Amino acid sequence: MTRAPERSRPAPPTPSPAQAVGRPLDRVDGPAKTAGLARYTADHHVPDLAHAALVHATVARGRITGLDTADAEAVGGVLAVLTHHNAPRMTPPAPVSALDLSTLAPGTTVDYLNTDRVHWNGQPVAVVVADSPDTARQAARLVRVTYEVEPAVTDFAAAQDDAVPLRGTLLVLGEERTGDAERALATAPVVVDHRYTTPAQSHHAMEPHATVAVWNGDRLTVHEGSQDVDWARRHLARRFGVPLAGVRVLSPHVGGGFGGKAPVWAGTVLTVLAARATGRAVRMVLSREDVIRTVGGRTPTVQRVALGAQRDGTLTALLHTGVSQVGRVGGTPEPVGSQSRHLYAAPHIWIRHSTTTLDVLPTAHMRAPGEAVGTFALESAVDELAVALGMDPVELRMRNEPDRDPLDGKRFSRRDLRAAYARGAERFGWAERTPSPRSMRDGHWLVGRGVATAFHLPVRLPADVTVRLRADGTVLVRCAFHEIGVGAATAQTQVAADALGVPVEAVTVEHGDTELPVGPQAGGSGQTASVATALLEACEELKRSVLALARRSPSSPLRGRRLSELRAGRGGLYRADAPDRGETYGVILTRAGRAEIEVRTAAGTRLGRTLQQARAAAGWFRDRRRWVRAVTGAHFCEVRVDEHTGEVRVSRWLGVFDVGRVVNPKTATSQLRGGIVMGIGAALSEETLVDPRTGRTVNPGLAEYHVPVQADLPRIEVDYLDEPDPTTPLGLLGVGEVGITGVAAAVANAVHHATGVRVRDLPVTLDRLL
Amino acid sequence: MRLTCTVNGDRHEVDDVWEGESLLYVLRERMGLPGSKNACEQGECGSCTVYLDGVPVCACLVAAGQAQGREVGTVEGLAGPGELHPVQEAFLEAGAVQCGFCTPGLLVATDDLVRRSRAEGRRPADAEIREALAGNLCRCTGYEKILDAVRLAADRMAGEAR
Repeated sequence: MTRAPERSRPAPPTPSPAQAVGRPLDRVDGPAKTAGLARYTADHHVPDLAHAALVHATVARGRITGLDTADAEAVGGVLAVLTHHNAPRMTPPAPVSALDLSTLAPGTTVDYLNTDRVHWNGQPVAVVVADSPDTARQAARLVRVTYEVEPAVTDFAAAQDDAVPLRGTLLVLGEERTGDAERALATAPVVVDHRYTTPAQSHHAMEPHATVAVWNGDRLTVHEGSQDVDWARRHLARRFGVPLAGVRVLSPHVGGGFGGKAPVWAGTVLTVLAARATGRAVRMVLSREDVIRTVGGRTPTVQRVALGAQRDGTLTALLHTGVSQVGRVGGTPEPVGSQSRHLYAAPHIWIRHSTTTLDVLPTAHMRAPGEAVGTFALESAVDELAVALGMDPVELRMRNEPDRDPLDGKRFSRRDLRAAYARGAERFGWAERTPSPRSMRDGHWLVGRGVATAFHLPVRLPADVTVRLRADGTVLVRCAFHEIGVGAATAQTQVAADALGVPVEAVTVEHGDTELPVGPQAGGSGQTASVATALLEACEELKRSVLALARRSPSSPLRGRRLSELRAGRGGLYRADAPDRGETYGVILTRAGRAEIEVRTAAGTRLGRTLQQARAAAGWFRDRRRWVRAVTGAHFCEVRVDEHTGEVRVSRWLGVFDVGRVVNPKTATSQLRGGIVMGIGAALSEETLVDPRTGRTVNPGLAEYHVPVQADLPRIEVDYLDEPDPTTPLGLLGVGEVGITGVAAAVANAVHHATGVRVRDLPVTLDRLL
Repeated sequence: MRLTCTVNGDRHEVDDVWEGESLLYVLRERMGLPGSKNACEQGECGSCTVYLDGVPVCACLVAAGQAQGREVGTVEGLAGPGELHPVQEAFLEAGAVQCGFCTPGLLVATDDLVRRSRAEGRRPADAEIREALAGNLCRCTGYEKILDAVRLAADRMAGEAR
């Protein structure tokens, strides 16, 4: 669908169902964003605004013994230098509880500026507030801090021996097994057994984290680029000991997230603290370096994948173990074996996740945590097995494609990886590949082609939605979901338009504000489907209410009719058996003397929300027992490697995905393609470098952390099956993360085919090929 | 210093400007034009690209004093109020906008590329587009639709007077 016909403006509405969902509509926020009028956090001006800047610790672990702030305070325009000596007290973060997911909000457990302890190299130890950002930053450089340094563990490579296996919980994937994988491996005729490593990576969303905090008594208003405004609100209310109802977080436009803006980090808390301490509205825009020092990124990993197979390629054993890193003050392990539980029909499987704890900035989830780096190891190993067997890597994968989940026999809600590979192989010209390494070349370029499987498990979260229908036929949808760039508001506009049978132009969607009904986090590829589920329910309820109004009138053609006998369309309700018999919402509401009618799912009350969450959780558990709901894809990659320099250029790419139904091909394609490009970055250039002696990140900027640019890339082709999932409303699953999974393996596999060199350590830089 | 310059066709005078602060800061904080974005502060990402006397520059690397007496053009000035410029329309229609943070800089860089090509009576080739926009980072789109947008804008602007 890369070349799907894309129209500039929606076509006139037609009465058929599903008229908007599936069409490549323009983004509803596109005009504001292209005009330069969309306001992001750092663009907000409020009266009497002061500005804050951070001072970072320069040791990995220890205690602050001295703080000399005199020079900083002497700078003209400085309002305050806050340290643990003078900062207002806060309530520490709450312990994590599975019953209240907002306890996962804080990126670290550190009680910033309320402690003299230093837990990582870069931890904020002071905040300067001044009348301009430049002044604040200049003064921040003048704060002198002395430390009593304590021994610190800062070298991931050296700390792996201390890794501890994780026990599985509701929130963490631990160990899983079926059969006896070690024994099956020992007796397998063909075995590959290797170690793979991936480095730390950083989200590098284009918008650096920023916060504007305004106190009015105990009422707090925060502008914040956030993937979870509800978490931010609840966390801030707790930390500052103020009523939840008085805290408002606004996040209408977010300049990218990729996981890095889901937790609440130091910058947010300290901006609010600075505003509390100075009595001024305070804005803090983090520099790119501040972001890398205070916002956690993806963990480095070391993984072992061992595969045992019969000579015909039938897998007998699959082992996947991995170590990821957390900080001593928080962090999220990566379940690198996630996809290995579901991808191949091996009778003996063993998955184990371990973590090692370092005195570094806690890690955070980054696009497809687990699968993004786990697929590198698994899908590289499968390629190595194909080489060992002398078998085509696509054929090897199809031979082991499971009918049911290999771990516990559950059904897949849908899975057609065979179709994805078949379509991709034909379109890419896979059959033209000659199997031997170094067998294809173009002058001094060694040409290689590789494949790998993409896999992700989208989550579902509860959402509260209100839908208001007005007598003029317009619709207002309200839900505090997040627009981090994915096209979320556009997708919900399309869903509402279809559900109510109104043109998309009649629908307005409000989001990104905690004054609205609580929405889901923008995470786990679940936001669009989660909101759509609630929105569809609300629209059904709304139509029932409208019908009830209509049936009161003896003159209504809908009198005596049930909703199941009607179709929404042409801005009203019409009989399915007699499509010209019906009336518009405007006629019904006006006749009833109503200017508007509104419904809401769940409730704004605490009880209502608790009940709704319980219902959602029960549904989630029921679904998990019944089936595996996953999205998959097939990546086809061609690389060219310079025979003399080892330079790797990706020269062709095709990804074919099975992601359920697609709401908007224009935005969904970009989600998948953006994931592929982030994966190419991970494959070839992205690496957050930490000095193992000091724990300090040495490349905290875009000059030294290399994300792909236009000139690095070929045309990236994206295609998808576009078949609905039978178990979800509208057949939606999720497209945000699956694109990045498998990409690095496809590149490394193609590099092996080009050069004969197997690189098991990302990124595949040219020194590894010479 | 008192900074006097023309921004988007309007003459601006701003007092108490420190010569060393960035043009980006002046635009965003002193002139009320926050369309140009601050994402790296080191000229790596292109999000702050503006015209300075008709030449695209990273406003984060231009000192305020360097703008004295010169003409600055930002994303807000590409089209008239309530209108979209053909490059802006092309970005919208091609789906080249996602989170939107890199978009203002990309629009100026694209406008420059298309104008230069048009002046030579041609449309930019794909390789040329990729090279010309290599200094404008985007973390969302995967770039392909940005190329679509540039081609579309070049087609539409080809018919306009030079």
